Amino acid sequence: MALETSVIEDKLTGKFGDKVTGFIQIKDILSFEVHADAMNDVMRFLKEDELLRFNFLTDVCGVHYPDNEVNRQFATVYHMHNWMDNVRIRFKSFLNGEKPEIDTATNLFLSANWQERETYDFYGIIFKGHPQLKRILNMDEMVSFPMRKEFPLEDGGRTDKDDRFFGRKPDNVNNN
Amino acid sequence: MSDLLLPPEHRYAKMIEQRQNEDGSELSILNLGPTHPATHGIFQNILLMDGERILDGEGTVGYIHRAFEKIAENRPFYQITPLTDRMNYCSAPINNMGWWMTLEKALDIEVPKRVQYLRVIVMELARIADHIICNSVLGVDTGALTGFLYVFQYREKIYEIYEEICGARLTTNMGRIGGFERDWSPAAFKKIDDFLNEFPDIWKEFENLLARNRIFMDRTIDVGPISAEKAMSYGFTGPNLRAAGIDYDVRVMQPYSSYEDFEFNVPVGKSGDTYDRFCVRNAEVWESLSIIKQALAKLPEGPFHANVPDYYLPPKEEVYHNMEALIYHFKIVMGEIPVPKTEVYHPVEGGNGELGFYLITDGSRTPYRLHFRRPCFIYYQAFNDMVRGQMLSDAIATLSSLNVIAGELDA
Repeated sequence: MALETSVIEDKLTGKFGDKVTGFIQIKDILSFEVHADAMNDVMRFLKEDELLRFNFLTDVCGVHYPDNEVNRQFATVYHMHNWMDNVRIRFKSFLNGEKPEIDTATNLFLSANWQERETYDFYGIIFKGHPQLKRILNMDEMVSFPMRKEFPLEDGGRTDKDDRFFGRKPDNVNNN
Repeated sequence: MSDLLLPPEHRYAKMIEQRQNEDGSELSILNLGPTHPATHGIFQNILLMDGERILDGEGTVGYIHRAFEKIAENRPFYQITPLTDRMNYCSAPINNMGWWMTLEKALDIEVPKRVQYLRVIVMELARIADHIICNSVLGVDTGALTGFLYVFQYREKIYEIYEEICGARLTTNMGRIGGFERDWSPAAFKKIDDFLNEFPDIWKEFENLLARNRIFMDRTIDVGPISAEKAMSYGFTGPNLRAAGIDYDVRVMQPYSSYEDFEFNVPVGKSGDTYDRFCVRNAEVWESLSIIKQALAKLPEGPFHANVPDYYLPPKEEVYHNMEALIYHFKIVMGEIPVPKTEVYHPVEGGNGELGFYLITDGSRTPYRLHFRRPCFIYYQAFNDMVRGQMLSDAIATLSSLNVIAGELDA
């Protein structure tokens, strides 16, 4: 029998109480929020519980919400997949905008290693307990975190682009 | 020699010194890559070698990182397809179709059956092209160049089919929201028929050349193996996971684009070594051929795109004479299309595994966040684990059988 989403919701709220909130079905995936402190426990429970059996960590990524209040400015998003019942879930943990920190998932899934490094590389989210948290796709010398919303797409100092129709002037710096 | 390459505080430098003190033997550092003909892409691996045996490795990636996710946040939805081409450039149409299907899921667009079948055909052709490259290059890396050149001309024929469908060859930028930019021409179907007639014999010959070849088997069996549990934990998907014995295939688990209409097997291996990966890809080519034949036989008549004027560009003649068409044309080209606030994750079975698109929209003209789940990136981290204790030449064969595509890995 397929795993019902209401069962997932009941089991999680029964075990973690108000650490898991905001259950909502978005398109074909059940999504919810997990308090950052409980992320690792929730993931372990999802993986090891004999009914839930979310055996596969599909994806880890970060999102930046600069317009939110300071405690919810970053989010790490986890997609997990139960291959036996063929159910996917997604959960988010919101993190502080000044000091984004969350536990690593590398103790549960080896695949989290590089995906967390990538998230750190682009958002500066610190994964506590990660074995080798350093940049992966960008160069080591870089100081900024380029996927943050405040990071501009173009180098503001470029002078070779002059296209006034699209609001680009040679001095892009003063453009915004 | 080796202390010239590494700073003294590097853990390998310490390991070399420790070994020297223990028994006087000398470990060495080998810098494989970033550009090396056997790495098929820009990967650097610093290997700690004991003679010809690999004790440990450390990979560096990101040499061709092009910030696709950042660019995608600043482009209208239409202009993101060319970015997806440039990820797995060996099977670009799968990436394109995956992206359109993600958008269609976000916009709740139902596409006509004919479009779904045509998409299946082009995606399976792309899968064949992908597997042709991977398997024949594995032959090259184990010393058999002939097979590679022999089957490569059929990749060329697949590219001619792409060209007939969309005008481009490598980076295809194929399709639109809701369908294709034009109906497939009779010439395209003719080329597909020719391909289906000629290719099986060639592939059979290629298979005979390698599959039971003593040298090839010696070079690939038990080389770079990975257990099913470990592969799962490392996030393996696609042929590499199936070679380890798990029959996970997105086309079966979550059928998209009418894959449920077709009969096909999911080939699995057993030991997860290089030979099994070769065999799984080999068998998948046969399954893909069978899917294409079924799709052609059952291909329904009908429109080649969904009726969604908000998202699908009107025909050019109408734009000149019809006010509404002009408005739609303008709005679409300027990226002013209505996109609801939502979140979707859409996986497709790419050439290398589960290619996922995680899209967050906030109602504006660009994605708020677009994350690509790139199978290569996730499974390449297992490489060092797989080659530990193996010979250097085994590492080359393992890398090539994993089919790591630098463009997809680095995004």
